[in-house]
Amino acid sequence: MAMNDKVQSSGRAEPVAPASRRRFLKDAAGVAGGAGLLALGAGMYAKQASALPATAIRPPGALPEDDFLAACVRCGLCVRDCPYKTLKLAELGDGVATGTPYFEARDIPCEMCEDIPCVVACPTGALDRALVDIAKAKMGLAVLIDQENCLNFLGLRCDVCYRVCPVIDQAITLERIHNPRSDRHAMLLPTVHSEYCTGCGKCEKACVLPGESAIKVLPIKLAQGSKAEHYLRGWEEKEAAGKSLIGDQVELPVRGLEGKAYGDTRVEPGQGPVQGGTQVPDYAPAKPAGGGLDSGWKP
Amino acid sequence: MSAHASSGAAPERKVPPTSVRGAAMRGVVARPGREAVEAKGWLRAHKWLLLRRASQLGILALFLVGPWLGWWIVKGNLSSSLTLGVLPLTDPFLVAQQLAAGQWPYQEALLGAGIVLAFYLLFGGRLFCSWVCPVNLVTDAAAWLRRRLGLKGGKAPSGSTRYWLLGFVLVIAAATGSLAWEWVNPVSMFHRGLIFGFGLAWGIVGGIFFYDLLIAPRGWCGHLCPQGAFYALIGRAAVVKVSADKRSACNDCMDCFAVCPEPQVIRPALKGVGQDHPLILDADCTTCGRCVDVCGKDVFRITTRFNRSES
Repeated sequence: MAMNDKVQSSGRAEPVAPASRRRFLKDAAGVAGGAGLLALGAGMYAKQASALPATAIRPPGALPEDDFLAACVRCGLCVRDCPYKTLKLAELGDGVATGTPYFEARDIPCEMCEDIPCVVACPTGALDRALVDIAKAKMGLAVLIDQENCLNFLGLRCDVCYRVCPVIDQAITLERIHNPRSDRHAMLLPTVHSEYCTGCGKCEKACVLPGESAIKVLPIKLAQGSKAEHYLRGWEEKEAAGKSLIGDQVELPVRGLEGKAYGDTRVEPGQGPVQGGTQVPDYAPAKPAGGGLDSGWKP
Repeated sequence: MSAHASSGAAPERKVPPTSVRGAAMRGVVARPGREAVEAKGWLRAHKWLLLRRASQLGILALFLVGPWLGWWIVKGNLSSSLTLGVLPLTDPFLVAQQLAAGQWPYQEALLGAGIVLAFYLLFGGRLFCSWVCPVNLVTDAAAWLRRRLGLKGGKAPSGSTRYWLLGFVLVIAAATGSLAWEWVNPVSMFHRGLIFGFGLAWGIVGGIFFYDLLIAPRGWCGHLCPQGAFYALIGRAAVVKVSADKRSACNDCMDCFAVCPEPQVIRPALKGVGQDHPLILDADCTTCGRCVDVCGKDVFRITTRFNRSES
């Protein structure tokens, strides 16, 4: 045991010869360079792979994507506490940052639980607990993206996306417009309002089209244009100021329409222009060329 | 022998037979621990290995009985979990990356990371590697197969690569403002994959197996893994250590060197190189206890860092 009692100095503690110092530096540089390349590769892959597919929707309360990717530790606690198995963790090859939670509305949409258990479960703040009212969630924005196949746009009364919307009549309304094809029916067009849409995706799930949905939840960045800040909306300015900012406009009378409100040019039978003191009989506005069938039906 | 042997220079010089290179030059020991099985019986010669596998698989089972059987004891994965609805545990390596990326986590994650950090600070950082991490099963399997097939040679990068990589992982997190390493981290990916589904992550796990088997002996855990490096750093002052307290009985069979995942840590304690006490204090030691198992002479035992006695 005598040999063990003596402390032997290790090589590193002794003065290092210049040659071996040079070699040490060279080795260290090689090792550091290799490690740096590995990390750089990971970083570049991460940057390149951080673009989220348009159909992958983050859970409610998710931070903006950049911050989300810095905060989410990929533990899956939000997935576990989702009662409807809406959320899933991305697997390698899904196109979503590996291990981060997302859902696809056409598969299983968000049921908008009032207690938002996924947000409560998140330990890291990737899902922001400032979100307490699920109606304020902004997971994405529904867009009626295919107006050629949407049944309501074809003049039918499908309305399913409107009916299933948890924020019905606010996030989706049916806007009634004239059907120029039949020329006598209305079309009720599902119209999304970004102020109220939470991006839950129930409309996309419910769309009756086989395969792809005509209405889709997209990331807000993709779904919305930027506001034209330089363009002052006259009607909003007027309402805010209580009066028109450019003063009252001169209203010139329109001959033959003197009794009507300014700007109202609708002409009903018997109201046509008078020629030489006599009313032009059966006056009707001209029909658009080639537009509409006239079956002769009268109400 | 000191200067030249430990800087690993001059091949014309005599290499000490008990050094790591000495073991390599003696050839690969295909079945380390045969003596120990004869001397102590199979069970005692695999005691720590069995305990370790029980720990690894038991922890994995705790995570799996939730999704498989609906018994929600532990939710989440090793990155962050919630036990019995009250105990948060978070991987401090992930919180470190998160902080580097510029995000301050909620207190659950901080508390969870604090608990885990305190445990490993106290008991030994790389206990994570040998007693918890599921990748250890993969790399141990590769090392076992390597010994059995008698595969020699291979080129492993320097053991300090992992510390550089750890530094760069944090730098990259700060530079990209995201947990960049978590896109590729096989450690968290493997555990998450077992619980939540793999996708193509099998490829990465298979890659590590074949890297360790065919290219670099003990390459991943012993040379590259920045998560292991992180735990080695936090476990520098930990209490639980392996001691070669009966080193006078050592018969130079080299079984411990053959089986040890970090064989460079053994020599200072076993042969008194650069230290006089028999404790393995090197932070790279994972306290796996395999050296205790395979030694027919019972040279090693697991004790505390305060116990410098020899018998």
